[in-house]
Amino acid sequence: MSDYVKMWEDLGMDLETHDQLCQVLPTAFGDVYLSQENRPEGMGFWDFVVSEIHGIRPSELIEAQKNGQKVFGTFCVYVPDEVVIAANGIVTGLCGGSQFWVPGGEKVLPKNTCPLIKASVGARLDRTCPFFRIADMYVGETTCDGKKKAYEILAEDVPVHVMDMPQMKRAEDYDKWAHEIELFAGVVEEQTGNKVTPEKLAEAIKIINNKRKALKRVYDARKADKLPISGKDALLMMQIAFFDDPVRCAEMCNKLADELDQRIADGVSVFPEGTKRILLTGTPLAIPNWKLHHIIETSGAAVVCEEMCTGTRYFENLVDETQTTLEGQYKALADRYMKNNCACFTPNEGRIDDIIRLAKEYKADGVIDVNLKFCSIYDTEGFFVERALKEAGIPVLGIETDYTDSDAEQLKTRIEAFIEMLG
Amino acid sequence: MHYIGIDIGSTSAKTAVLDENKNILEVFAQPTGWSSIDTAESIGKNLREKGFAPEECKVVSTGYGRVAVPFSDKTVTEITCHAKGASLIFGLEDLLVVDIGGQDTKVILIENGFVKDFVMNDKCSAGTGRFLEVMANTLAMRPDELCTLAKSGGNTSISSLCTVFAESEVISLIGRGEKKENIAFGVVDSIIKKVAIQANRLPAGSKQAVLTGGLCECDYICEALSRELKTEVITDKNARFAGAIGAALCGM
Repeated sequence: MSDYVKMWEDLGMDLETHDQLCQVLPTAFGDVYLSQENRPEGMGFWDFVVSEIHGIRPSELIEAQKNGQKVFGTFCVYVPDEVVIAANGIVTGLCGGSQFWVPGGEKVLPKNTCPLIKASVGARLDRTCPFFRIADMYVGETTCDGKKKAYEILAEDVPVHVMDMPQMKRAEDYDKWAHEIELFAGVVEEQTGNKVTPEKLAEAIKIINNKRKALKRVYDARKADKLPISGKDALLMMQIAFFDDPVRCAEMCNKLADELDQRIADGVSVFPEGTKRILLTGTPLAIPNWKLHHIIETSGAAVVCEEMCTGTRYFENLVDETQTTLEGQYKALADRYMKNNCACFTPNEGRIDDIIRLAKEYKADGVIDVNLKFCSIYDTEGFFVERALKEAGIPVLGIETDYTDSDAEQLKTRIEAFIEMLG
Repeated sequence: MHYIGIDIGSTSAKTAVLDENKNILEVFAQPTGWSSIDTAESIGKNLREKGFAPEECKVVSTGYGRVAVPFSDKTVTEITCHAKGASLIFGLEDLLVVDIGGQDTKVILIENGFVKDFVMNDKCSAGTGRFLEVMANTLAMRPDELCTLAKSGGNTSISSLCTVFAESEVISLIGRGEKKENIAFGVVDSIIKKVAIQANRLPAGSKQAVLTGGLCECDYICEALSRELKTEVITDKNARFAGAIGAALCGM
């Protein structure tokens, strides 16, 4: 990634510290990804993106900014990309998924904050992530207490807009979310200087729906008895979807899905017959957090689906494309986004239904409920998740972990034992 | 044909030899020390001396050092091994196994001879043999002596779950002039309570509870655990070899 030094310098990054990250990432990626056999050719695109992760997309974003476009950094699948795109803005994900950034976050955050928040804040404050440097505005949301307060810290040196998330799913909460989306549209219009019109929003809704359909096609291929793609590769596609241009993302995912469909027709699988199928559920796995997938897939099982923000929650349910007024469109957006089942809602029975439905659709032999340390809402909800799965006769293993490798051996023992238990 | 099971745990390495009729022919234990590889070598030597050359037997290894046994034919996790071993030792198909190990404690629910569910402690060493070992060191005793002494004590509790903080707590109790047996009681009580919280996460129903692992040789641990779980907990002289015996069974 050395060609980008000048760009990183211009972004005011801490080059020395950032170099350390650039040095470890290729080794980690090689060990976890390139060691896999018989990968789909289509994964070449994502391998290339990872090899230039802090270079290629950031340089595109900077180019776009030179042409007057604004970049909005987001942290959550509830923030509607459509509104930004309608105003000719660009959305990029910002969530941190590496232990590398955690100590930076710990300088200002309490120890018992989840690693995702620590890593995100650390990446910003230590100036070691170009996406955080590039974004003209961060868009937060009141999903959990940790994030709410972290946005206040981030807001001290970058403009931040926080969307006030409902925490229940009553009719008035849907109305409230539609209103929040309308307010957000106003903020986006002001930042970009462009009007959000019904025509532009309709177009943006189509773009994002197409991206959702494409991601879903790849996921659908994982329902096949003979798995044409590893869980690790599907996860990588999903993680990068948060950063990429939505039209290109859809194009690449569709291309990959075509190849996977062909593999299914030809009976090509990346796992031996009888490999146990695992559904993962829980908190998001931000790039480059591949820890659980790697442990599972080197312990004789395969990850077939992620009921996570970096998974089905990102693409399930489409936005109604038939609305022609902004009011109708905001309502349609609210309806779709409110269908997401995050543990920040109470009650959140919809998520339990989703997990059981997905376990059946993807023919999972077992479910692993994996939550980031100190995420109290998901951890607490784990009680219902485990109870419901046991009642449904689906084996489940609950795991709490962070970004460090210190518990890798213990996790391996537990996961191997769980796989042995599946028979 | 003989079947060898080797369970390399964090504190001690256990070995068992079974014949094809599942008779336990030999069991022995040794400290794991700092090198699992050296330990595995020494186990191999021991086995040869006893007339069970590993290359002529089916060898299965388990425990944290399971990958360090060069003459092992396959590896199986200690959860599956403890379940199989305990089933054989106690002659039961349905049971709840509580294994208090050196650095982790496992509670395993077994139905029809198969693992139905299990719980393991997190990274933290509370409620494990290591916790007991550290406290025994502070009190200048052997762990088994501490367990025996605990029976005659009472009325003291250690509230810290963290081993390091609990050690400071024990030191304060010593400083205050608290009787040794009362401190020992507090230490064992702390472990038992923590283990019971784990055990209560699994619906054992009327299944027989059994204790395996390094602490099973101390009567008082079984007694205290029975009291806390409100059900009789039994053990067996071979129970500390449950993992190794189960590993040998996995080779059949």
